[in-house]
Amino acid sequence: MPSEEKNKKNQEDSGGSSADIQSIEMRLLLEAVFLRYGYDFRNYSKSHLRRRIVHHLGMNSLSSVSELQAKIMWDRSAFNRLMTDLSINVTEMFRDPEFYQAFRTQVIPMLSTYAHIKIWHAGCSTGEEVYSLAILLKEAGLLGRAQIYATDFNKYVLEVAREGIYRQQEIELYEQNYLKAGGQGKLSDYYTSRYGSVIFDKSLTKKVVFVDHNLATDGVFAEVNVIVCRNVLIYFDRILQSRVIDLFYHSLPGMGVLCLGTRESLRFSEWESSFAVMDPVNKIFKKDPTLAP
Amino acid sequence: MIRAIVIGASFGGIEAIREILLHLTPEVRVPVFVVLHIGNNRIDGFVNFLNNHTHFLVSDACDKDEVLPGHVYFAPPNYHLMIEDDQTLTLSVDAKINFSRPSIDVLFESAAWVYGRDLLGILLTGSNADGAHGMTVIKQCGGTTIVEDPRTATSGVMPMAAIERTIPDLILPLREIAPRVCSILGC
Ligand SMILES: C[S@@+](CC[C@H](N)C(=O)[O-])C[C@H]1O[C@@H](n2cnc3c(N)ncnc32)[C@H](O)[C@@H]1O
Repeated sequence: MPSEEKNKKNQEDSGGSSADIQSIEMRLLLEAVFLRYGYDFRNYSKSHLRRRIVHHLGMNSLSSVSELQAKIMWDRSAFNRLMTDLSINVTEMFRDPEFYQAFRTQVIPMLSTYAHIKIWHAGCSTGEEVYSLAILLKEAGLLGRAQIYATDFNKYVLEVAREGIYRQQEIELYEQNYLKAGGQGKLSDYYTSRYGSVIFDKSLTKKVVFVDHNLATDGVFAEVNVIVCRNVLIYFDRILQSRVIDLFYHSLPGMGVLCLGTRESLRFSEWESSFAVMDPVNKIFKKDPTLAP
Repeated sequence: MIRAIVIGASFGGIEAIREILLHLTPEVRVPVFVVLHIGNNRIDGFVNFLNNHTHFLVSDACDKDEVLPGHVYFAPPNYHLMIEDDQTLTLSVDAKINFSRPSIDVLFESAAWVYGRDLLGILLTGSNADGAHGMTVIKQCGGTTIVEDPRTATSGVMPMAAIERTIPDLILPLREIAPRVCSILGC
């Protein structure tokens, strides 16, 4: 039965709108996922989850969220497929080149006064952002002093990130981004091409550890000088955003730097006023303990 | 009762959106959400212009902005725009849909789920097929749809794609859309 007719029929049978019924089903599904597998999506954006779940139903020929719930309860591989559809890993090298420009001019001078630098990429996805910042640090002569933690809650993307192998067809865009970001050489200085892929220089990730870490459920990871968490908070509701900012606050020393995505903010966190704004457009903040919360 | 309006436009969209927003009367107090395809270009200039020349408060959306009446929210370049049940906005960097981010389909579908029969969807000029699926979902959820007449649109491809997928409530030339919206809203 085409879905238009089915929606109508469901509505008649039950007296509830199909949208209402589906939101109940979604709550139950998220509860089930949490209890069964420990992944907590309960405070993710509902519209985002709904879109991904409806897409997932279509791709897997499932007729309802309840059917999906029954399936993932007993079938871990079915859950893994759902997980893949729920974690959006779209990323690119030097995404928002102006951000990297700003990092170069505003954050690097401060970091160059430190003997050791610790950086945390939270939600690093397949690693493009990690390689980008490593290149920037290298060009500033700071890579040797840096210890970098790159975390994500999706084990599969971490494997890709560790490998540092990307598709050749993306490279043209990355090359342009790199130049717009103020790159000092050519991006090709940092990779070798082979069979339609490019492999980034292992020297870039000598001091990078890729670790599984869930921002929704895990605690402070390490004390670091810089946290880069871009385009991850947008998938969370206000409550979870505030939890994650709290985690970041406690992972940074005074003068520690926090970088968010260009459309993200600290405004749902009690700590908002304890950060000084270094760059309002590129969303670079500095923890300042002298500012009262 | 219409509680929200969504508008989608692509090639030729700046002129079309300007025409509509300039001619909506101040009595139109529902939120308006817009996806306009403009590639990687910035949208601030157009947003500023509309702020100075329309009755609405116009902005490009930030994540978790609150939805307010009399406001027009544009999806920012490179982000999809979605609406939450609790009347806040969500942005996402999910893959492009119909080669587009922001995508009209993504906005229309999420708005249809939230507003159901209280949504008015308007699809304007464009030379791809984004929005056709979104218009179908708006209809499925009981909402009202208007498509710009493909014969007079700057590019009729996008309106035509929607007409092939679903039967819109109205097919109108650009200049008649704003007055009709006002009358549907009873203002
Ligand atoms: C859209 S990507 C952003 C990648 C990169 N930071 C960028 O801006 O291009 C979002 C990433 O956040 C990760 N993520 C989502 N929820 C998470 C959580 N609870 N803990 C850790 N990572 C999470 C996803 O797996 C995905 O790789």
